[in-house]
Amino acid sequence: MKKILLFCFALAIFNHSSAQETFPVNGAWDIRPGQYAFTNATIVVNPDQTIANGTLLVKDRLIEAVGQGISVPKGYITVDLKGKYIYPGLVDAFSTYGLPEAPRQAFGAAGFGAARASVPVSTKPGAFGWNEAIRADVNAKTLFHVNATRAEEYKRNGFGAVQTLVQDGIVRGTSAVVSLGNERDNEVMLNDQAAANYSFSKGTAATNYPSSLMGVIALLRQTYLDAQWYKNQKEEYNISLAEFNRTQTLPQLFEVTDLQSIYRADKIAREFGKQYILKSDGDEYQNIAAVKATGRSFIIPLTFPAPYDVEDPLDARNISYEQLKGWELAPTNPGALEKAGIRFAITSNGLTNSRDFWTNLRTAINYGLTEKQALKALTQTPAEMLGVADKIGTLAKGKMANFIITSDGLFKPENIIYENWIEGRQFVVNKMDVTDLRGTYTFNSNVLSNINLSISGTPSTYTVNITTSGADSLRTTGTITRTGDLVSVYYNSRNQPAGVVRLSGYIASTSPITLNGTGITPDGTSFRWTATRSGAAPANGNPFARGGNTPNASRPASPVGPVVYPFAAFGFTEVPKTENVLFKNATVWTNEKDGILKNADVLIENGKIKAVGKNLSAGNAKVIDATGKHISPGIIDEHSHIAAIGSINEATQAVTSEVRIGDVLDATDIQLYRQLAGGVTTSQILHGSANPIGGQNYIIKHRWGVTPEQLKFENAPQFIKFALGENVKQSNRPQQFGDANTRFPQTRMGVEQVYIDAFTRAKEYKAARAVKGNNVRRDLELDALVEILDDTRHITCHSYVQSEINMLMHVADSMHFKINTFTHILEGYKVADKMKARNIAASTFSDWWAYKMEVQDAIPYNANIMHSEGLTVAINSDDAEMARRLNQEAGKSVTYGKMSEEEALKLVTLNPAKMLHIDGRVGSIRPGKDADLVVWSADPLSIYAVAEKTYIDGVPYWDYSKDADRQKAMKADEGRIIQKMLQAKNAGASTQRVGPPRRRQLYTCDDIDESAYVVADEYNGWLKTATDVKQQSAQNNQNKK
Amino acid sequence: MKKILLSFGGLLFSTVLTFGQANIVPAKPQSGPIVITGATIHVGNGTVINNGYIAFNKGKITAVGEGAAPNITGATVVDASGKQLYPGFICPITTLGLVEIEEGARGTVDDTETGDLNPHVRSLIAFNTDSKVIPTVRSNGILLAQPTPEGGTISGQSSVMMLDGWNWEDAAYKKDIGIHLTWPVARATGRGRRAAFALAGQTQESPAELAQKSIDNLNSLFTEAQGYAAETHHKVNNIRFEAMRGLFNGTKKLFINADGAKEIEQAVSFAKKFNLSAVIVGGKESYLVADDLKQNNIPVIIKETQTLPDKDEDDVYLPYKLPHLLQEAGVLYGLTGIGFWRQRNLPFEAGEAVGYGLTKEQALSMITLNNARILGIDKTTGTLEVGKDANLFVSKGDALDMLGLDVTDEYIQGRTINLDNLHKQLYKKFSGKYGLETKL
Repeated sequence: MKKILLFCFALAIFNHSSAQETFPVNGAWDIRPGQYAFTNATIVVNPDQTIANGTLLVKDRLIEAVGQGISVPKGYITVDLKGKYIYPGLVDAFSTYGLPEAPRQAFGAAGFGAARASVPVSTKPGAFGWNEAIRADVNAKTLFHVNATRAEEYKRNGFGAVQTLVQDGIVRGTSAVVSLGNERDNEVMLNDQAAANYSFSKGTAATNYPSSLMGVIALLRQTYLDAQWYKNQKEEYNISLAEFNRTQTLPQLFEVTDLQSIYRADKIAREFGKQYILKSDGDEYQNIAAVKATGRSFIIPLTFPAPYDVEDPLDARNISYEQLKGWELAPTNPGALEKAGIRFAITSNGLTNSRDFWTNLRTAINYGLTEKQALKALTQTPAEMLGVADKIGTLAKGKMANFIITSDGLFKPENIIYENWIEGRQFVVNKMDVTDLRGTYTFNSNVLSNINLSISGTPSTYTVNITTSGADSLRTTGTITRTGDLVSVYYNSRNQPAGVVRLSGYIASTSPITLNGTGITPDGTSFRWTATRSGAAPANGNPFARGGNTPNASRPASPVGPVVYPFAAFGFTEVPKTENVLFKNATVWTNEKDGILKNADVLIENGKIKAVGKNLSAGNAKVIDATGKHISPGIIDEHSHIAAIGSINEATQAVTSEVRIGDVLDATDIQLYRQLAGGVTTSQILHGSANPIGGQNYIIKHRWGVTPEQLKFENAPQFIKFALGENVKQSNRPQQFGDANTRFPQTRMGVEQVYIDAFTRAKEYKAARAVKGNNVRRDLELDALVEILDDTRHITCHSYVQSEINMLMHVADSMHFKINTFTHILEGYKVADKMKARNIAASTFSDWWAYKMEVQDAIPYNANIMHSEGLTVAINSDDAEMARRLNQEAGKSVTYGKMSEEEALKLVTLNPAKMLHIDGRVGSIRPGKDADLVVWSADPLSIYAVAEKTYIDGVPYWDYSKDADRQKAMKADEGRIIQKMLQAKNAGASTQRVGPPRRRQLYTCDDIDESAYVVADEYNGWLKTATDVKQQSAQNNQNKK
Repeated sequence: MKKILLSFGGLLFSTVLTFGQANIVPAKPQSGPIVITGATIHVGNGTVINNGYIAFNKGKITAVGEGAAPNITGATVVDASGKQLYPGFICPITTLGLVEIEEGARGTVDDTETGDLNPHVRSLIAFNTDSKVIPTVRSNGILLAQPTPEGGTISGQSSVMMLDGWNWEDAAYKKDIGIHLTWPVARATGRGRRAAFALAGQTQESPAELAQKSIDNLNSLFTEAQGYAAETHHKVNNIRFEAMRGLFNGTKKLFINADGAKEIEQAVSFAKKFNLSAVIVGGKESYLVADDLKQNNIPVIIKETQTLPDKDEDDVYLPYKLPHLLQEAGVLYGLTGIGFWRQRNLPFEAGEAVGYGLTKEQALSMITLNNARILGIDKTTGTLEVGKDANLFVSKGDALDMLGLDVTDEYIQGRTINLDNLHKQLYKKFSGKYGLETKL
């Protein structure tokens, strides 16, 4: 035992020659000078500069000199690297190296049965902030401990240093840059405050809030504001906020996932004037122009998906187009970033096996990444990003002696990394000083004849092939083991006699390489042998040179298909542009005083309606004969939950007016496109109905192929969702939700008081904020309520029964705010007079009822009665399916109550436009309004009407006549990629199994699933990408409103 | 004739005076011959008779034709000039009458029994003739329905019910016609489950393997049930196997819920193996295996046209086009809507397919003759032909279109059906509050 300890100490002392002054030493100090001279090498000092025949002088931890013609001082150990290369040690910009694994959170609220305790505010001991997901107080430096095993994986790949962070929480605290030396923790710290880290994932935080992605963003936004306020106040002591402030001067590193989360993080950065570096999932290629426009720097992984098993055509239907395209195009990502001139670093993070790193990096090079840029992304760029460029990343005097010695250019497939020096300490990957045995040999022995021997593979894993010619010809692979200069080989001999031939030998000469030794034949005859290298090993002996033949081989370059926008089924290779069109001779439903015009023309120009009438002249517009067709304004859905991601409800608190649907729009949702095929052009995307005061809504247009920001209806009026009834009092909430029956309110009585309380606070807040020189903390939740009081934010309130509708009207009267719209409002017909008196609009279902207690009295005549009472009435969907035939739902007002057809169509066009305050732009066919039009095959209210063309701003996003060709093209592209996958598999690539059918999450208002985005399981990698999240097999809650 | 009209008016008027479901009285048996004249008659089999008449007595159709109706002594004549006349719509696979309020009132929900294998439970006896929902569905032309149990692998047995009657006993049209099976599907396993496996360090069976296990279990169950059915007397009786007896002698159908092409193929070969009279219910991907279905004479009950495609890559209109795809492939297909109250939209679910390939008469057949054939009741209903039950209704306009559907007269086995319902009553009540004219 003592001996062991002594040995350890001796090691430690030797390893820490200069820095650890404070540590005691047992026995005599053993400080070694560590002076090396590496001569005659090709030295790549940085991506832009290579020194031929150079010398690198290392003294202890540092580079003393690098260049040509440097004379080697006395006392330096000279290492001749003739024919070899020196590169800067690689830097992995993103890892969790040396940090404890975050504990897995028991999975609760997302629906797997186990009740989870309700944690409204943090229970963590200490003077921290209220939410456990804000972990600004975490510092990687205090948790870090060298992990020799993990370090070796990195080192074998050539890494000399990594950034390491605690990958847990929305605000994750500071990361550190450490070198990968196998030394005392104190020795390896290169930067103890490398960056402040963030993500959209709540991690292991037990606090209920946030349960949605929009809640995550709201919390982050509020934290920025709270931290500002904290600087100038004296009442509160809060470690989380203090630390948050302290770390703002560091580089800000945000871990995102899919493409759209890049945009989301960028938006936050702009809002708060931050320069985020974004660690992504590598999806930038899906819209490189938009990514470029963010102006951010990136850290990208090399996680390229494996091909799927596609032999079974029915199973292959379960692979999405997105997955197929992703497989093909993911390796183009690094090259695409380079081509676009985006600054980025490459990380090995996320690879299931560290051995895939070089394979995938070479794949990326095959797909357009230059070697120079690859080197930069693995050395200079990460070092600069993380504030350690003065120490690592390039080779220069005074920097850390972090470098690798290679046999060849670093990115050459046949290259071998010999040594990886870290802070002046040698780590041998493959022995360099020993002779490379690879080659073909002439074999001579007194017993065996006509034998050829070839040694291939890598120096650490040789393989030997034996061929005999002549009568007993044989081709076989044997096993070769090398220990220093000793070699042993055995192989199966088929005859002469049959059995294993064993050879033992040593390297007798190196020029040419000659092996001498003894051997024993299967029958026990021993013999002497000599093998002399006669030439290079056959090319196929190297796995990297074998194309796709081995599972870990890089993917060979091949032409790839185009990127589609959005990166999903039915994405456009080219997003259509606005057209100038004259529609001739249609029945035009103007929604203006002209009513329904027969045999009329509509002219659209530059995205606007130019003229409506008879015999219009086309000018330069394209003419479309619309004889027999009907043209209506685009359908407007007042109540929709599509195109949002990460849960539609922030259900954890009764008031969540700070969360914003506008933060979480999803421009890739196929429902946008499907609804275009139903004539829908504008939708209000609403927060759900889980709480009395929900989140902020956003009005979008169904533009297909754009970014989430471009979906937004320009300068849209601002709305907020309120809700009443069973959903907010959680009547139908399954018991497995831990807070069932405890979150206030549980009755309609409680709901009233939530409003009274919230608006009382909002008024006090408004008054306090109005005082000059105040330091009242800005509260985004109350800001939204003040906007309501100021009538700059409109309420749309989910409502069913008359008692609660009446109640809210009275609350609004007494608190002096307006209700813009009651949505659903199935008992509106009972209180239509009261609504009329307050000029409140109604957005209802055509015929829904009986799906829960509070809709027992819902009737399909509701719209008619409210309309007759003079209310502005709309029919809404709250349902991705119904939305695409809202025209029919409007038609039911003719069935039930005989509304005139002209008025019925307004229920889904002009009237919702009015209640959304966008009727100046959309909702009718009038010159000057947006060219949002639908061409129908028949009366648009009829079951027989097909939406043949749908235009938004004059852009033909949907054209039924082109649909068959578009489908055919997609099928062909799928087929092409599948053929490629089969080829890859035949060439030996390892594949992944096709999962069962996956379905998108469809939200309706009372979906309260906790977003997989923000819970620990997600963070721990069960669902890695947003694609997984949105496509996870989910109950289609169509029946529930 | 005038008298009749007057009495109709009286019926409608009476509801203005007294509100509530309780006054919607089940119909009396047909007391004398009725002749409807001047209508456009949609027979249900593709034939349309312009200016047609139909006569029925004692619940049966006695004459159908074009032009002037024959003189029938004592007949009540209903002038349906300019109107459309249809066979009563048939709504298969529904929870109508089994559920009153979907959520928040568990006491009203009787569609799902606990347990996995319940061939013995019968929807018939849970059918609530006093449901407030039924009259709202019936007044849109749906006259027969197949209340169907749900849940588990074998959910139970269904019957065809008339949407009029004092109790389930006299509402029954055809009892215990089949057993409902949900074909095992390879499902994504939940994250919780995966986590558990991962933690336990177990290798997980693939979803396909898990599904195959369930199929193997079904095979052994049916093998045993078949063996049991071959014997008439048992020392120990098994009521599950007793219930399944009919499957093996052709008196009961096996309704198999299956949407995926693979599942449908598996179900077809299963039906073949046990020589069962099977019906595929759902059949989202049935168009991919239509040949197989046609060859084996296995029909499909499509569940909804007004639904979303299963896969993002699918034709955006695929569910609208599915009936036409099966029509072209020569597969017998019927249609149902979804749930219970939503079945009042069944005519529109059928009409939806017209914009996407079907003719209007084919769309009509889908919810009349085809459904009748699939349920095994086409000998007595499904078309307007002499000898069949007088299950029919008159609409002012095209009953498959919301712009046309407006039922004025309705008969089940010749009985004159009350067209009132809770919604009309509330409409009148609150129109009254505001002094508005009601437009029914």
